[in-house]
Amino acid sequence: MADETLDAKGMNCPLPILKAKKALKGLSDGQILEVLATDPGSVADFQAFCRTTGNELVEHSIDGDVYRFLLKRVA
Amino acid sequence: MTTSVEETIGNAKKMTIICTKGSLDWAYPPFILGTTAAAMDVDVTMFFTFYGLELLKEKLNLQVTPLGNPAMAMPMGGMHMSMPNIVGMIPGVSAGATVMMKNLIKKKGVASIEELREAAVLSDVRMIACQMTLDLFELDKKDMIDDIEIGGAATWMESALQSDINLFM
Repeated sequence: MADETLDAKGMNCPLPILKAKKALKGLSDGQILEVLATDPGSVADFQAFCRTTGNELVEHSIDGDVYRFLLKRVA
Repeated sequence: MTTSVEETIGNAKKMTIICTKGSLDWAYPPFILGTTAAAMDVDVTMFFTFYGLELLKEKLNLQVTPLGNPAMAMPMGGMHMSMPNIVGMIPGVSAGATVMMKNLIKKKGVASIEELREAAVLSDVRMIACQMTLDLFELDKKDMIDDIEIGGAATWMESALQSDINLFM
């Protein structure tokens, strides 16, 4: 499903966003980046990041302590 | 959706941050916001003046002090410990507080300032060192990281006038 996975577990603000941005740059338009994070603040932050940058937050879910985000690179 | 993305790229938002503080705790706000803004496609300029120039030194040796900061309470054994000024004045206490904070930073997965600064460089954040402060404190550009330019108040003004957000920290 995802073209690449970024393991940001244990990282705190703003590292998950910075690493996700870097990973998205390495993808082509339409490809999917999966981000795994444990920072509770990342839920609001990835939503804001996607609304602002135009990348699409396809899905976000929680599995135990781990948040999972699927980001589709739009541009 | 596509249109708004194109509009964003054609008309990128801009931000400037004036960085005036050179302690470990005060190094965080400008670098966190600067790097995050850059990750959100904002064109970022950081202007370093007075003690903020400390943040541009090749070799960082940032310290934190409990002196004059009644809000600084470190988590310790399930409690929070703040420090009366008179204790903070004892030699070695600031150094101890710095070690404690650096340990917490590592333990909690918070980025180091070196890491955030590197991210700023890689995301093309424009970093300007204040010429006047270099002269005033007899600092040498050679001791600073390579990826900076030198400028003054007018350099910042030009950038600030074109910006959507201007912050002073």
